[in-house]
Amino acid sequence: MTMKVTLSLNGKLVSADVEPWTLLVQLIRDHFGLTGTHVGCDTSQCGACVVHVNGQSVKSCSMLAVQAEGMEVKTIESLTSTKVLHPMQQAFKDHHGLQCGFCTPGIIMSALNLVAINPDPSETEIREWLEGNLCRCTGYHNIVKAISAGAKTMKVS
Amino acid sequence: MSEKAEEGLFLAGGMTLIPTLKLRLTSPSALIDLSDLADLKGIRQEQNMLIIGAMTNHTQVAAAPEIRNMLPALSDLAESIGDPQVRNRGTIGGSISNADPAADYPAAVLGLGATVQTNSRSIDADSFFTGLFETSLKRNELVIEVCFPIPKRAAYIKFPNPASRYAVVGVMVAEHEDGIRVAVTGAGPNVFRVHEMEQALEANFSPEVIEDISVSVDSLNEDVHASAEYRAHLIKVLAKRVIAAII
Repeated sequence: MTMKVTLSLNGKLVSADVEPWTLLVQLIRDHFGLTGTHVGCDTSQCGACVVHVNGQSVKSCSMLAVQAEGMEVKTIESLTSTKVLHPMQQAFKDHHGLQCGFCTPGIIMSALNLVAINPDPSETEIREWLEGNLCRCTGYHNIVKAISAGAKTMKVS
Repeated sequence: MSEKAEEGLFLAGGMTLIPTLKLRLTSPSALIDLSDLADLKGIRQEQNMLIIGAMTNHTQVAAAPEIRNMLPALSDLAESIGDPQVRNRGTIGGSISNADPAADYPAAVLGLGATVQTNSRSIDADSFFTGLFETSLKRNELVIEVCFPIPKRAAYIKFPNPASRYAVVGVMVAEHEDGIRVAVTGAGPNVFRVHEMEQALEANFSPEVIEDISVSVDSLNEDVHASAEYRAHLIKVLAKRVIAAII
């Protein structure tokens, strides 16, 4: 038995018929083809699947698709529709905040939640906030620099 | 609705239940999502009590100014749970109903002498947690809210697992009008009080008085993260730090 779910996805009202056990990340990737949101560990630890639900960062592998009924979901694809990167994406590029890039969409969505509640986070606050995001390439140092720089650019613009 | 779903389960924030379903550790016939029940959300003050709705998430508890003013130990505890994304979904009602031996909220409920209000009765903290992942909740009984009396002073400190931020050991010490409570999570099959420390602190509220009190290792957890002996050691070290922090 499938269930119908209707939600706002990156500003567009969309619907899908899904099995009730479908995860939000499966809805985003498999039903709507938005593959910027990644599945890393599938055990709610790595944060590669972080998206925003009603403005809050959540791990989309640990939420059912039907729980997003009526909600506003934003993925990494919502940040820009042109070749001009979002300031936080540009900061990751400028500061070499990624190597393989697998964790990056989740980390950027997580970072944007931090900046929304704390526009000028300290290095300690950024590191604490990244508790839920794993990166196996960079050692985090440049990610922290990128988030700090991205936050500053966003404050100005 | 819950009557119809024979083997149904309530779904709160899902931060434990959804991973548990993925691991096939439980297979309910239905899930009843509580997230749209507005009556289960929110924080209010009544006389000398802070009352927190079961579906209030950890981020909301950590950010609430009235909790920060009246019961900062609870704000600190909520802020120390998991990571921001877990805190944005996980709820107080879900956490205590799950009764994970390493969860933080059980230490708050027991240490602060809270009362758990369900859809059918009030349950004292001392009779709520009954074992490993077990509570005195009956089938189809649902936590509605948790009522915390405001202590004179209280604090919570944990030794977090560096990966999960679950408590290897966490200690809540609170001084109430009617006595002192010391609650320990992470160390045993479920949260427990250390009565010997409470009595010593009643006579003299200082870290020194618990120096010679040791918790028996027989009932403590032993796993890949820590031996029972190490956990017993941590209970004492953390209890002393908590007391020093609020003295």
